[in-house]
Amino acid sequence: MNAGRGDEAFVAFEHVQKSYDGETLVVKDLNLDIGRGEFLTMLGPSGSGKTTCLMMLAGFETATHGEIRLAGRPINSVPPEKRGIGMVFQNYALFPHMTVGENLAFPLEVRKLGRAEIEAKVKRALDMVQMGAFAARRPAQLSGGQQQRIALARALVFEPELVLMDEPLGALDKQLREHMQFEIRRLHERLGVTVVYVTHDQGEALTMSDRVAVFNDGRIQQLAPPEELYERPENRFVASFIGENNTLEGVVETISGGACTVRLATGEILDAAPVNVTRPGERTTVSIRPERVEFKPENIPPGVHTVEAEVLEFIYMGDVFRTRMRVAGNDNFVMKCRNSVGQRKLEPGERVPIGWAPHDARALDPL
Amino acid sequence: MALPVYATPLERLWRWVYLAICALVFLFLIAPILIIIPLSFNAEPYFTFTEKMLRLDPEGYSLRWYDTLLTMGMAAPDAPRDAAWWSDSWRNAAWVNAAKNSLIIGFFATILATCLGTLAALGLARPEMPYRRTIMAILISPMIVPIIITATGLFFFYSMTGLANSYLGIILAHATLGIPFVIITVTATLVGFDQSLNRAALSLGASPTRAFFKVTMPLIMPGVISGALFAFVTSFDEVVVVLFVAAHDQQTIPRQMWNGIREQISPAILAVATILVVISIALLTVLELLRRRSERLRGLSPG
Repeated sequence: MNAGRGDEAFVAFEHVQKSYDGETLVVKDLNLDIGRGEFLTMLGPSGSGKTTCLMMLAGFETATHGEIRLAGRPINSVPPEKRGIGMVFQNYALFPHMTVGENLAFPLEVRKLGRAEIEAKVKRALDMVQMGAFAARRPAQLSGGQQQRIALARALVFEPELVLMDEPLGALDKQLREHMQFEIRRLHERLGVTVVYVTHDQGEALTMSDRVAVFNDGRIQQLAPPEELYERPENRFVASFIGENNTLEGVVETISGGACTVRLATGEILDAAPVNVTRPGERTTVSIRPERVEFKPENIPPGVHTVEAEVLEFIYMGDVFRTRMRVAGNDNFVMKCRNSVGQRKLEPGERVPIGWAPHDARALDPL
Repeated sequence: MALPVYATPLERLWRWVYLAICALVFLFLIAPILIIIPLSFNAEPYFTFTEKMLRLDPEGYSLRWYDTLLTMGMAAPDAPRDAAWWSDSWRNAAWVNAAKNSLIIGFFATILATCLGTLAALGLARPEMPYRRTIMAILISPMIVPIIITATGLFFFYSMTGLANSYLGIILAHATLGIPFVIITVTATLVGFDQSLNRAALSLGASPTRAFFKVTMPLIMPGVISGALFAFVTSFDEVVVVLFVAAHDQQTIPRQMWNGIREQISPAILAVATILVVISIALLTVLELLRRRSERLRGLSPG
């Protein structure tokens, strides 16, 4: 699901900048189009500007420069209460002095709906999150997961077209978090609302989103569907932030079409796919996913260069074997193999040649 | 507070000494207040316990000083106690008039102090507010500056602006003294207030005004009310500013007591004091109940 640029975009950031102190930019020239009905996740470490972007969209922060449009309408000067955007807060922000039912009725009363209509909508929203029996409770009488559901229902009860979620699952334990990820995803599919979701948990971003925008240092580093993000990271930051990754430093030796060879500092030559390099002699970082590294000669594609690896540590993890090895002076080179029938367990001290398909090794920007 | 089983004899002894010290400190604090209560029922015009009182003879006790509160200053105190007598008392009795003045001044000073103090606390709680500490210090200063200095300053200022000798002047002066209490209690409540609740209300479509009255206000109400109680009590027992600013006929309860001590020493003052102690206890009870309510609400709000 790719949102086209221009008229189709439901939410559009254009050259948006944000500075709190007038000197350092927290968000630097952000351009982002979000399609109607899309589930877009802003992923990044803390301080990367992702929450600031969300707050600008919600209207709690104003952009220092640039324009934000919602359904084609500029909203820079529209106050938050007139934007009609639902929002789920990190700490739920349920009103403690109101019951669950009153919390949900709040946005409807503001909109001056009739009493009967309010009751019907509140009931429907509570049933939607399977909390129908809890309307008379106070938020403090609910568990974290239940409060989360109420916060979700409250953000959806007035039927906004856009819902923002600011790390909504951060306070839940792992199991509940995974369950809620599934529920949010299901609600999104059922209601067809556009969701902008902020998280620093890459697993959450990959499992839930249509597209993920990886933020670092105030910029979007890569905007792509989860699969592409994982398989084809466009730069070092994305490669190391999403999933586990091995890196080897070197210099481009030859480059032609979609392939290149890289000479490492220790002299070995690797095959890789050029991403951020264009000509021989450039410095580069080659990144390879641990599960794409092969050591059995029959699994290494024919004709590619192999590198000798010395096994340093073998860890049995149940479904996978994790082997830490020294490759071209890098002691933290990791290989993961599936625990399949007849899989060989490497011994520390053993030396094996390793290789990979050239398109799995990506020659990115240098350190 | 049970002692552990391994406590030494010395520790056991110290524990009793410690409890005794605590009791003495408590007595030191409360005795001067408690002693006036039985004395206010004295049948004789003395500030001491008579022999009859010590023997717990009912004749040694009376309500005459409470009666004095109603009759002093009346046109015809000895008339039969019918509706006319009561209306005479209501209009002319010195203590009744003082109480009326105190209540009127206290009421309006409290309203003023509560509104202004709450607004100030809300503004000072905002992160974008510049010079917060300095402004806070200035607003709190009436509590720290010796009252006689404030009173002198107010006297000169009000004399020049024509506010002296008027109800408005006293009300404004007492509001000034009450504001710091409101600011402190409301600020304390706001510390525990989760600002994202306000944002949530806005994101749900409520105007800032509606968000304030529906979300912020109910949650900081305990702080506002306890601040208001403090402001009222401050005004209610304030005498120095009243002596400086008020006109001769504007008697308040504390000023009337002051006059009473200087002019005619009578246990009527003790009767007033007893009534005030009872009122204070009632106010403290209200405060404590509010504190518990706010704690419950605060406990409700998630981490």
